[in-house]
Amino acid sequence: MSDYRIKGETGEWEVVIGLEVHAQVTSNAKLFSGAATAFGAEPNTQVSLIDAAMPGMLPVPNRECIRQAVRTGMAIEAQINKWSRFDRKNYFYADLPQGYQISQLYHPLVGEGSLTIAADEKAGIPGDKVIGIERIHVEQDAGKLMHDQHPTMSYVDLNRSGVALMEIVSRPDMRSPAEAGAYVRKLRSILRYVGSCDGNMEEGSMRADVNVSVRKPGDEFGTRTETKNVNSVRFVMAVIEGEAKRQVELIESGGTVVQETRLYDPDRNETRSMRSKEDAHDYRYFPDPDLLPLELDDAFLAECRESLPELPDAKRARYLAAGISPYNADVLTAEVEAARWFDTLLDAGAKPVAAANWVTSELFGALNRMGRDISDSPVSPEHAAELLGLVADGTISGTIAKAVFEKMLESGDAAGLIVERDGLKQTSDTGAIEAEIAKILTANADKVEQYKGGKEALFGFFVGQTMKAMQGKANPQVVNELLKKALG
Amino acid sequence: MTDLTNLTVAQIRDGHRAGDFSAVEVAEAFNANVAGAKALNAFIVETPEHALAAAKAADADRAAGTLKPLSGVPIGMKDLFATNGVQTTAASHMLEGFVPRYESTVSAKLWDAGCGMLGKLNLDQFAMGSSNETSYFGNVISPWKRNDGGNAALAPGGSSGGSSSAIAARLCPAATGTDTGGSIRQPAAFVGISGIKPTYGRCSRWGIVAFASSLDQAGPMARDVKDCAIMLENMAGFDPKDATSLDMAVPNWEAALSSDLKGKTVGIPKEYRLDGIDPDIDAMWDAGIAMLKDAGAEVVEISLPHTKYALPAYYIIAPAEASSNLARYDGVRYGLRDLPQGAGLQDMYAATRADGFGPEVKRRIMIGTYVLSAGFYDAYYTQAQKVRTLIARDFEQAFGVCDVILAPTAPSAAFGLGEKTADPLSMYLNDVFAVPASLAGLPAMSVPAALNREGLPLGLQIIGKAFDEQGVLNAGLAIEERAGFNARAEKWW
Repeated sequence: MSDYRIKGETGEWEVVIGLEVHAQVTSNAKLFSGAATAFGAEPNTQVSLIDAAMPGMLPVPNRECIRQAVRTGMAIEAQINKWSRFDRKNYFYADLPQGYQISQLYHPLVGEGSLTIAADEKAGIPGDKVIGIERIHVEQDAGKLMHDQHPTMSYVDLNRSGVALMEIVSRPDMRSPAEAGAYVRKLRSILRYVGSCDGNMEEGSMRADVNVSVRKPGDEFGTRTETKNVNSVRFVMAVIEGEAKRQVELIESGGTVVQETRLYDPDRNETRSMRSKEDAHDYRYFPDPDLLPLELDDAFLAECRESLPELPDAKRARYLAAGISPYNADVLTAEVEAARWFDTLLDAGAKPVAAANWVTSELFGALNRMGRDISDSPVSPEHAAELLGLVADGTISGTIAKAVFEKMLESGDAAGLIVERDGLKQTSDTGAIEAEIAKILTANADKVEQYKGGKEALFGFFVGQTMKAMQGKANPQVVNELLKKALG
Repeated sequence: MTDLTNLTVAQIRDGHRAGDFSAVEVAEAFNANVAGAKALNAFIVETPEHALAAAKAADADRAAGTLKPLSGVPIGMKDLFATNGVQTTAASHMLEGFVPRYESTVSAKLWDAGCGMLGKLNLDQFAMGSSNETSYFGNVISPWKRNDGGNAALAPGGSSGGSSSAIAARLCPAATGTDTGGSIRQPAAFVGISGIKPTYGRCSRWGIVAFASSLDQAGPMARDVKDCAIMLENMAGFDPKDATSLDMAVPNWEAALSSDLKGKTVGIPKEYRLDGIDPDIDAMWDAGIAMLKDAGAEVVEISLPHTKYALPAYYIIAPAEASSNLARYDGVRYGLRDLPQGAGLQDMYAATRADGFGPEVKRRIMIGTYVLSAGFYDAYYTQAQKVRTLIARDFEQAFGVCDVILAPTAPSAAFGLGEKTADPLSMYLNDVFAVPASLAGLPAMSVPAALNREGLPLGLQIIGKAFDEQGVLNAGLAIEERAGFNARAEKWW
């Protein structure tokens, strides 16, 4: 259990958090129209007659959007409802052309599921924790109002109108900002593994409605507020922290929390009331008569299941079993691109432990330096596997490997080619090494005396000199052995 | 030379094919009739140039030997169907001046089949009404008059009142209609023509201004059963753009028409015998029963026990859907926008919708909003949906013992304009026989069967099993052949 507590004047308060995450379904077309969904297009260029709700236009469900939502449900081990239905949520707003949003209130596509957030002592999450997910339903996004285009009028951009969203509703199972942050990160990771949402919070592909209430530990749930459209993990955590504190102060000063919708202002890091329950809309939900119930057959479900990739938890377990450290396993599985890159590296023959160390230190370090994502790494997993292979079989030393890697980053050439071309192959030719050793010992007769006199630390000096003379290409083990022999 | 405007769709098609006349002659004849019938107010927009262009193409196709199924046939298009480049209003102020850049699936199919468009036909505003008195563009007048020597203007029925009036007055040989709760059948009955509402899903709803999505269904109106079959063949078909569209092949209804009903059983629903109903209606019904027996059918009494709940359920479900379907008319993107000085968004909505919708549309939006609102939803909407299920089950059980059902189309003949406008409930009652088949999504048609004592047409309704338009058309044909209905309104306009 989380021991996150708000310290109030009347004692300690526990925070109860539930999240509704809206995730834009990755699809070339909108949920009920054939219009495209590209981000950042010129206003009103991705709008079909259906999205603009012209008279007589009808929605037709996009199979790919349904498929992605089902696959997402399977990824959180949720119940998939073979029979679901679309409902209309009726309200007027200028960004909602139909005057209703097509959503799923009564019979969602995906039922009860869960995900696990990993223990993180530093963040106050002492053990792995399962967070319940109540449901996932699919629905249309609305358009966007632009208030800065005209002195007295607002403009409407309908590019987002009708884009498919999954609303992923958690149980009120989280008890600290850290848990909520971990939940969003984990959910994002799963969505990106599944490929059902790009998880891009800056572009609004993923945003959260944050439900927060406070209570004395052991009490019933308090009244919650809902802060809408929070679009980063950091903001989600900030909202919870701020809102919990606000509620505690309110209650302790004799007030009561009202159930209301709030908005987060990231510039001032505070939430403010948008509307209370009393003036909440009556959405007059009813089944959309333009659409038949959605019925999924077994073949469709089987295809969805078979198309699921290995998910983060399973992947992490596999890495641990291969001897990779828990830290490295976490780092490697967090982002799907990194995990995929790493798996390709393993497939190309790299040894797991050495490969994990190399990726998390050398590769990530280099990418960081270059400001590049792993998806456009200048070195391919195949080339990296070759490089690691050259180290493993003693062809080059670890030191030379670093140099070779730098050259790979610059030229994109294969490791073997570089080693061959630049003559970097490690040598175990004892004759050549012995000849160099003989020269070095002669040139440093004084140090040989000191070493023999007991100053054993000088051994490293001889190794260094030998390696230098060999231009780093001598097999260190052979150098060691030959030096020991030569020094008696 | 024969008056080309007296020809049926089949006669125009066949005569044109045979070279008896040109399509241009046909189009010009109907264009002239349309132009000469302003008094009926059947059209909101006349498109003689469209009809002529299609006719010229039809004549060229004939010369080239590339005739299409309906080459040379000009028709009227209910102004609920979006027509590319031609104003589409749903008879509302809200959409006055709205010119779509797209074509409804049904109208596109008809143009592809070679039809030309004489114009956009008037209707009840957003198809809400049973007398064509709710149109923003004025009442449609029926060509019929009572034989009482008076000169009362009569309702052509609704909502497809422009369609019915225009066909009865020979302004077009056929027209499209839409039927949500009787809007094809009742107007057809009122003016002595035929009309069929096919099984829900047969005709695509794409591009038809929506009233109540789960009930709306397009269908043809024409002078006889054969024309209805021909038209429907060219309107129906699976449309991937309509998720409720039936993915079934369109049968060749015309070719399979047969008035021989041997081996068929006709059900007579006892619940449709209403106390105090016009005796002329009952007499027509009995006559219809005799005609179907004569055609070889067996007749049995059936029970549709939930019939009395149909109308209340319909007047919950249809307004509920309408209240949501009409939310898109908000002044933001197209159509009317009323933006008072200094107004905000809410003010714009209020002003636009107050001005753009007529009283009946507002009434239904309010009813629909009410029945869907928190606290009332279960008592009204959920309950109505249960009734709908029970009504569908009534029909299923009935069709265990019969093939088609025979009933009156409407409880009365055409009434005078203004007679029922003060009392919405009595207006709604006009749909009492039509609504159950709509709720069950079944094919149903009206064929003219008799004149009442006032000299006005009465229609018989045939309701069939889902997808069995053929059975409906065949029973309709059997009545048509025996009723020998050939009365027509005397021209006064």
